[in-house]
Amino acid sequence: MGLQGYEHEGGSLIFDGEDITQLSITERARKGITLAWQEPARFEGLKVRDYLAIGAKAHGGITEEELRDALRKVDLKPEKYLNREVGEALSGGERKRIELASIITMKPKLAILDEPDSGIDVVSLKEIVSLIHALKENGSSVLVITHREEIAAASDKASLMCEGAILRSGDPLEISEFFKNRCIPCDNRISPPEAV
Amino acid sequence: MDQRTLNVISSEIEDINAAYTAAGGDAAVLHKHELASLVISGNKVLNASGTEGIILEKHETEYGVDIKMTIKKGYKIPLPVHLCFGLIPKDGLQEIKMNFVAEEDSAVELIAHCTFPNAVKVIHKMDAQMLIGKNASLKYTETHFHGPHGGIQVIPKAHIKIEEGGSYYTNFSLVSGRVGYLEFDYSVDAGKDSICEMVTKVYGKKDDKIKILEKISLNGENARSVIKSRLAITDNAESEFRGITEGRAPRARGHVDCMEVIQGNAKAEAIPIVRVDNPLAKVTHEAAIGCVDKKEVETLMARGLEEDDAIDIIVKGMLA
Repeated sequence: MGLQGYEHEGGSLIFDGEDITQLSITERARKGITLAWQEPARFEGLKVRDYLAIGAKAHGGITEEELRDALRKVDLKPEKYLNREVGEALSGGERKRIELASIITMKPKLAILDEPDSGIDVVSLKEIVSLIHALKENGSSVLVITHREEIAAASDKASLMCEGAILRSGDPLEISEFFKNRCIPCDNRISPPEAV
Repeated sequence: MDQRTLNVISSEIEDINAAYTAAGGDAAVLHKHELASLVISGNKVLNASGTEGIILEKHETEYGVDIKMTIKKGYKIPLPVHLCFGLIPKDGLQEIKMNFVAEEDSAVELIAHCTFPNAVKVIHKMDAQMLIGKNASLKYTETHFHGPHGGIQVIPKAHIKIEEGGSYYTNFSLVSGRVGYLEFDYSVDAGKDSICEMVTKVYGKKDDKIKILEKISLNGENARSVIKSRLAITDNAESEFRGITEGRAPRARGHVDCMEVIQGNAKAEAIPIVRVDNPLAKVTHEAAIGCVDKKEVETLMARGLEEDDAIDIIVKGMLA
């Protein structure tokens, strides 16, 4: 995403046929890429409705019903949350859901979700899976970083990363099985990994 | 009163209405008969309307107005009382002396707008003595607008005494236009079972100077307080915050919370001071000074905002 602290060492990032390696976060976002953080930021004084509207500016704004619909999709009651602050008073789980709602309102071409299941109870994993499907149906590609089998199973394709390199790609179920059988018992991390 | 005098007063009212609006107020409320209000321009009282339960005395002095406002015992004033203090010319001195009493079991909300839209060389001083009686409540919101020039000194000083079971909430805001020089000095003596919350929000720019001193002495058993300060400074502005809370009685609880965001060449100092001389009292504090949180900025940039716009939204949220 071009975040501070991550240096470009080699290779290129190609998105929609365009080299975006040197683009800033803002420029990448305007190309249609966005990111939901594992631990979302809190914003003192910023109302949920204003936060959700920020990403929709590029599409000419957002209606009240679209705001409400985005909150419903992450299982939050709009009347209870729209006018609350995205601040300390929200729990980690609530904050996480609002972060995901902000991805919905942005309608990105590519949504990178960094552990969308962290901080959310197991019962709610189905909702995260539904949300991923909803984003897909809405025209977004979704790149999910996860440690949970249930989330991986909702994907069309999975890749296994080890020590910064992609070790294996393919069917999510097959990758999950490989991870359980080979990676969990493994205590020999090597970089770069040997071909498997 | 001759026609010429009437015209002058009418013109001042129009000017102060415009200034009140610039400060974020709704000027219409100053002229609604069902609402209590007080409008002072320089050393002139342009409008003073009371309501049942409020005794308002005002006396014009050489450079300002002496005010005595009393909320009578047992009266809960249903609608906010609107105050407007202003000075339209680009130079001058305004001194306001306020003696406020909320008698036992009374309650009122005061909304004050202090507006100096053309200030180039203006001094505004306020000296207030406030008494919140037994089980009485005062909510006091004060919003300032000093115009774009920064040529103003604002020196508000207040002492507030809260009696048993009383509550005092104050919110001082100076976030639009320039600050100029601000020297804010409020002290509170809080009695048994009282509650005190003091919030200040200031945005300093260019060579603005901000000094904030807030002191709460929790003298009564079970008295509780919060001092919350939110400052943003940029360019060459400087700020100095001192938040003092003293826990002097059993089960007194106090907290000091200061957050300052700095940008450019601005300089900030925050000194939370906690003093406790009763072993059953507890006072805590937190203070943070720094740039805008990187993750907050990057999150908004990842939604398509430029970095400067992201910082602007974050700072405005903090000061909202």
